[in-house]
Amino acid sequence: MHWQGIKIEGLRKRYGEGDTAVDALKGVDMRVAPGEVVGLVGPSGSGKTTLLKCLGAVIEPTAGRMSLGEDVIYDQGWKISDLRELRRDKIGFVFQAPYLIPFLDVTDNVALLPMLAGVPNEEARKRAVELLEALDVAHRAKAMPSQLSGGEQQRVSIARALVNRPPVILADEPTAPLDSERALAVIRILNDMAHRFETAVIVVTHDEKIIPTFKRIYHIRDGVTYEEAGEGRGFEPALDKFAVK
Amino acid sequence: MISLAGRDILHSWGKFVFTGVGLGLLIGVTLTMAGVYRGMVDDGKALLDNSGADLWVVQKDTLGPYAESSSLYDDVYRGILGMPGVARAANVTYLTMQVRHGETDVRSMVVGVVPGGPGEPGQPGYLIAGRQITRGHYEAVADVATKFQLGERIQIRRNIYTVVGLTRRMVSSSGDPMVFIALKDAQAAQFLKDNDAIVHQRRRTSANPTYNRPGVPGLLNSVIASQSINTSVNAVLVQILPGFTPAEVAEPIRRWKRLQVYTRAQMEDLLIRKLIATSAKQIGMFLVILAIVSAAIVAFIIYTLTLGKIREIAVLKLIGTKNRTIAGMIMQQAVGLGMIGFVVGKIAATTWAPFFPKYVLLEPVDAAWGFFALMVICVLASVLAIRAALKVDPAEAIGG
Repeated sequence: MHWQGIKIEGLRKRYGEGDTAVDALKGVDMRVAPGEVVGLVGPSGSGKTTLLKCLGAVIEPTAGRMSLGEDVIYDQGWKISDLRELRRDKIGFVFQAPYLIPFLDVTDNVALLPMLAGVPNEEARKRAVELLEALDVAHRAKAMPSQLSGGEQQRVSIARALVNRPPVILADEPTAPLDSERALAVIRILNDMAHRFETAVIVVTHDEKIIPTFKRIYHIRDGVTYEEAGEGRGFEPALDKFAVK
Repeated sequence: MISLAGRDILHSWGKFVFTGVGLGLLIGVTLTMAGVYRGMVDDGKALLDNSGADLWVVQKDTLGPYAESSSLYDDVYRGILGMPGVARAANVTYLTMQVRHGETDVRSMVVGVVPGGPGEPGQPGYLIAGRQITRGHYEAVADVATKFQLGERIQIRRNIYTVVGLTRRMVSSSGDPMVFIALKDAQAAQFLKDNDAIVHQRRRTSANPTYNRPGVPGLLNSVIASQSINTSVNAVLVQILPGFTPAEVAEPIRRWKRLQVYTRAQMEDLLIRKLIATSAKQIGMFLVILAIVSAAIVAFIIYTLTLGKIREIAVLKLIGTKNRTIAGMIMQQAVGLGMIGFVVGKIAATTWAPFFPKYVLLEPVDAAWGFFALMVICVLASVLAIRAALKVDPAEAIGG
């Protein structure tokens, strides 16, 4: 039986060649199940961002194997011809800063991805509004990004990451600019969405406030990952209002 | 798919509009330069149209009377009238000079015509006020651009003329308004010397024993009289009879009278290709420079706007936006900027063209070409920004 989440085996990444070569990843192994949120924790320079970029198909690993759901995307070379399409349809990104498109309103920021995938505008906007309602920001649907608070912007960026129903979400320090309350709210939302949409979520973080919420944590140091069980406090899954329709 | 470029323009419309206005003023100058050239060509054509001639008979081996000076005896027209196919022929003189009007001088082309009715070669074709010249001396018909009024008195050389008629669009090839006076007056004006010069010339002639011979009392007076009158004209304007072509009427005049004869087509060619060719090249150079400056401005603006959106472009690429969508967004913005600039430029040129001292003719076809050229410039100018955008690494959105 195929593993349905994210599976990484022996992933390596080397920058440069010869004497100046640097091994950023030295054989990373990870598994994240659908609906699971795991933390990826490590000091600066440990390889977190390199791992995220490899997973996000924006840089090519040097060796190893990666699969998303049933699809092997990398096995000693990319197995997918169109990485742009892979990123659009299979991977959701949540960044440290929300990086919303400043000239699109909230609805179109979220609807842009399905539109890029060829979904008709009205259908894409309907999907976007449903997600915004689930994330409690539907009342700001017509607002421009500059009119939103930091927390609202981050929720909109989560909606954008989820709108194409990707099997994987990669979140890069999503709570860094937020206070404790808002940071925990964001993690709660990611947990609920992961549960609702059966999405595997990897959260790269330094944030001490949220680390205790993960049930599983991958530590990365010098390009190697070590798995450990988290405190596993987590969150109660699926609030009523997020219940799958 | 929504228009990313359109949304960006709407979002930061102030920046685009103000930039577009700046660009538009430059485009307005470009359109006006083209209008100045068209005005020069139109002035030349108006000059030919208004002369009412089918043929221009001028001194042999000259490009007269507009492109070079030409001198013919004023009785040459009689011989031409007898040539086959000639309906009417009339002498004409042209002299560009300052015409005194009160305390000011007005640069004008003084045209000497044979007094008569409209339709005579050389006569102003139509009047908007007053009447044609009917007396042999001291009457004038002026183009309204001179700002002369009916009944006003103007001074040409030492003589005073009364404005009896006003006409319109009667200009020289360089755009100076015309003042029509009787041919005899114009001939006198062309060669009129000051009193001291006349006295000096008479003294020199009297001192010459060839002219002042004892026993031939009338000789000196005849010579002096011949020195004080001018029997030259610049051209003979010819109208041909129906059924004749200009070429078949021109050929016998050329051959038998040994004069240079130009048809309307040849005269137009002379005016446009020779007389205003240098000005046209000058304007052409300006147009090229303005086009380059416009391209540089559009390129700089679009490049700067794109650099300001590098992070957003990285995010767009990361989330799967195609390169051609991003390139299209930048190109559409450049084209949008060009469109704003064109509208502003067209309005500006139309607004200020009437205030130019010379005729500025804004042709729709020039505007269409200008628009097409501007769009090409905008597309080319956006290439630099597109190149920068396509170089953006989607990994920049992730940081690290």
